[in-house]
Amino acid sequence: MLVVLGVFFPFAAAGLIPLLYRLIPNRRIGWFVMAVPLVLFAGLLSIVPGIAAGKTANVTVPWIPDAGIDLAFHIDGLSMIFGLLITGVGSLVVLYSIHYLSERESLGHFYAYLLLFMGAMLGVVFSDNLMVLYAFWELTSISSFLLIAFWYHRKGSRYGARKSMLITVFGGIGMLAGFLMLYSMTGTFSIRETITLAPELSEQPLYLAAMILVMLGAFTKSAQFPFHIWLPDAMEAPTPVSAYLHSATMVKAGIYLIARFTPIFGGESTWFWTVSLIGIVTLLWGSFNAVKQNDLKALLAYSTISQLGLIMSLLGFGSAALAAGTDAEQVLLAQAGFAALFYMVNHSTFKGLLFMIVGIVDHELGTRDIRRLGGLMALMPVSFTLAVIGSFSMAGLPPFNGFLGKEMFFQAAVTVSSGNPFTADGAALLFPVVGWIASVFTFIYCMIIVYRTFLGPRQPEKVDRLPHEAPKGMLVSPAVLALFVVGIFFFPNLAGKYLIGPAMPAVFPTLAGKPGLVPHIQAWHGFNTPLLMTIGVIAAGIILFVTFRHWRLIYRFPPFRWNLDTVYRGLIGGMETGSTLITKRYMSGNLRDYFVYIYVFFLAAAGGSLFLKGAFKPDFRMETIAVYEVTFVLIMTFAALAMPFVKSRITATLLNGVLGYSIAIFFIFFRAPDLALTQTVIETVTTVLFLLCFHFLPDWKPERAPARTKIINGLIALGAGAVVTGFALTVKGYVVFDSISGYFEDSYTLAGGKNIVNAILGDFRAFDTMLEVVVLFIAGIGVYTLIVLKAKKGGGDIEGK
Amino acid sequence: MEVHMIILTGVLVTVAVYLLLSRNMIRMILGTAVLSHAVHLLLITMGGAAEGHVPLLGESDGPYVDALPQALILTAIVISFATTAFLLVLAYRTYEETGTDDLNYLRRVRRE
Repeated sequence: MLVVLGVFFPFAAAGLIPLLYRLIPNRRIGWFVMAVPLVLFAGLLSIVPGIAAGKTANVTVPWIPDAGIDLAFHIDGLSMIFGLLITGVGSLVVLYSIHYLSERESLGHFYAYLLLFMGAMLGVVFSDNLMVLYAFWELTSISSFLLIAFWYHRKGSRYGARKSMLITVFGGIGMLAGFLMLYSMTGTFSIRETITLAPELSEQPLYLAAMILVMLGAFTKSAQFPFHIWLPDAMEAPTPVSAYLHSATMVKAGIYLIARFTPIFGGESTWFWTVSLIGIVTLLWGSFNAVKQNDLKALLAYSTISQLGLIMSLLGFGSAALAAGTDAEQVLLAQAGFAALFYMVNHSTFKGLLFMIVGIVDHELGTRDIRRLGGLMALMPVSFTLAVIGSFSMAGLPPFNGFLGKEMFFQAAVTVSSGNPFTADGAALLFPVVGWIASVFTFIYCMIIVYRTFLGPRQPEKVDRLPHEAPKGMLVSPAVLALFVVGIFFFPNLAGKYLIGPAMPAVFPTLAGKPGLVPHIQAWHGFNTPLLMTIGVIAAGIILFVTFRHWRLIYRFPPFRWNLDTVYRGLIGGMETGSTLITKRYMSGNLRDYFVYIYVFFLAAAGGSLFLKGAFKPDFRMETIAVYEVTFVLIMTFAALAMPFVKSRITATLLNGVLGYSIAIFFIFFRAPDLALTQTVIETVTTVLFLLCFHFLPDWKPERAPARTKIINGLIALGAGAVVTGFALTVKGYVVFDSISGYFEDSYTLAGGKNIVNAILGDFRAFDTMLEVVVLFIAGIGVYTLIVLKAKKGGGDIEGK
Repeated sequence: MEVHMIILTGVLVTVAVYLLLSRNMIRMILGTAVLSHAVHLLLITMGGAAEGHVPLLGESDGPYVDALPQALILTAIVISFATTAFLLVLAYRTYEETGTDDLNYLRRVRRE
């Protein structure tokens, strides 16, 4: 069961990539990378029989036990499906990328990011701890960002990367809040323990909020309406990335999350309606928009959105099983959950395949625009065959796995509309009707992929290369996927028994072991509603495809031309201009303004709290004052007050000197001989420095500031002085703690020094003194550098380069 | 004997802040110097009145004045000197490069 720790394998490999990259010729590095998912895939396969028999694999490594956060990994049937998809499709994608990416690309980065993603994705589906799941979840967003922006010199890549990051991380943070709410209700981060506590949760006040936030995370990640807008822009990524992250795995993380949380939230009407409706709306909107795309990858992106919606709605239908009354109803509704997982596996196979074929077309012709394509069948027969397999499967035609999945979808939609625990009236009839319409559009865009790319007239004048069949290495991966597309159609129950079936108890724990939970799938099941619906889809689809030119105009009219991108751009643009406006207003570049902010804040925060909180209790008690003290206080006061008004800078500096030397005298009064000495020396040197500087600087001009500015400056200065005085007077009256100074009076025994101040500086607080020396050193370097730069000025370069 | 020291500190802070808000670099540097004077005075005043002997063991039998604020101020004096020296050289170099010691003009210089 050590395969669980395979989560860390891709991370370790990613760490090695920079080293390998130096040793291995550029292109071959892919072969080493491919070993990682292959080994993991084999490891996972080896425990499939055990998982199918109901066992689970668990490993827990304590991480932050005090906070209840452990690196707890858990493989059950549900995780297994995803684990196999991640490693299986991952191997094929790496193989494909070896031939797809040019040697000139920075492959080291590419594979490091890809492995990072692989590890993160495995972490998401294997984590049993909510916090660990969240960490891996965000890591998939980050690695997706890096991969979309792989060609970062393109503006579109950067835009798409940022957009996907903003939307998925926004949802992720919502999900984190949801997890924390769950934790506050259950006291555990473990998903399995939370599931056992699920029956008691629904009465809790935070239950609904936690549910909605978890759904937010899932919907943003799985590109559900209205968050789907990031996925088309993510197509700027290299095609292997689109095939892997943005169709086969990462976007399914939301599906995983919904399936994983069905035992906790399923059986609630909010969950049922939200997941089902969002799913079905996404299905319709995605397929409807896919039809109008001219870029093949954009078409596939909308198609992915739509298919994710389909899977999502199936999970919504299935969740009703947990609220159904009789066993028979429960099992019947749970079939929708089975269909969701079955369809998801199918989707990964045929959509991965189609992405790879589109990548090949792009690679060979340098364009993916269907207006410039056509007639490639004769030139690229293998690619054509594979494209037909993928497209027809997606359209729901036999003998491909998509047919079985589509039939199951229709069946589930009909079941849920004819009877479910949440509604008795006809509202649920919406599901089969909308699902059917969406399937017609799905059929149309599948035909567009095949006909507009491979059939019809060739347009050699619109492409600048002579296309030919892709290299064999590039065809291997799509061919393997095609094998699965066909294979699952002929042996669906193999997948049902070993892959999908074992996941059912994870999604519907209360139904575990009930007969008929894992259905027997058969392609031919008589002339029933689903088959009639499929035939209807084919008929309507063909008619609409043939007449596409005539009704295509509807995309120009609202609501069909609406695009939620406008909302996103408006929001982001508004935030950018808004923050620029605000920043420009206060970041004036004028030092005085910044000082004003600092002191006004000081006045408001310190002064305000002092007076408003009633802490101001001045203590005016005075003892006898010696005449010489009064004399020096008066001298300093006059010297200080004269400083702002003197006309000559020399006078001002001398006044500063008066202040400094007077303070030295005060240090004597205060029994501080060391201070007095130091102050005298420093004051002398400072005054000399000032005078030296004046030699080079122009004479003072009188301050030409307007009177208003001067008054404001004066008021702020007065305020600052008043607040300091107020604090000092107040502090004088308080003794909150006993003095700690008695400790230092033992300095002779503790530090061997009779001068207590010296002992403190050189021994008790020697680190402070050392850092003080560091400050002096840094200042010295600064002074030295400034002077040296001047020496190089003769070279004419201020920067001193 | 503290109230007059505290009020003196307040006066110094007022003058220092007023100088800091100026446009002239030398005035601002003088402002920082005055501000550190004010802080040193405040620290030693807060450390307690001069009731006691010089904190030198063996010179007297105590009680001694509080030695900790003295140590803190000693550190602060040196650091404020370092800062002042650095600021002065910065001002000098700025003037040399840009030909002005007025911060408002400096901004225009940078834009050109």
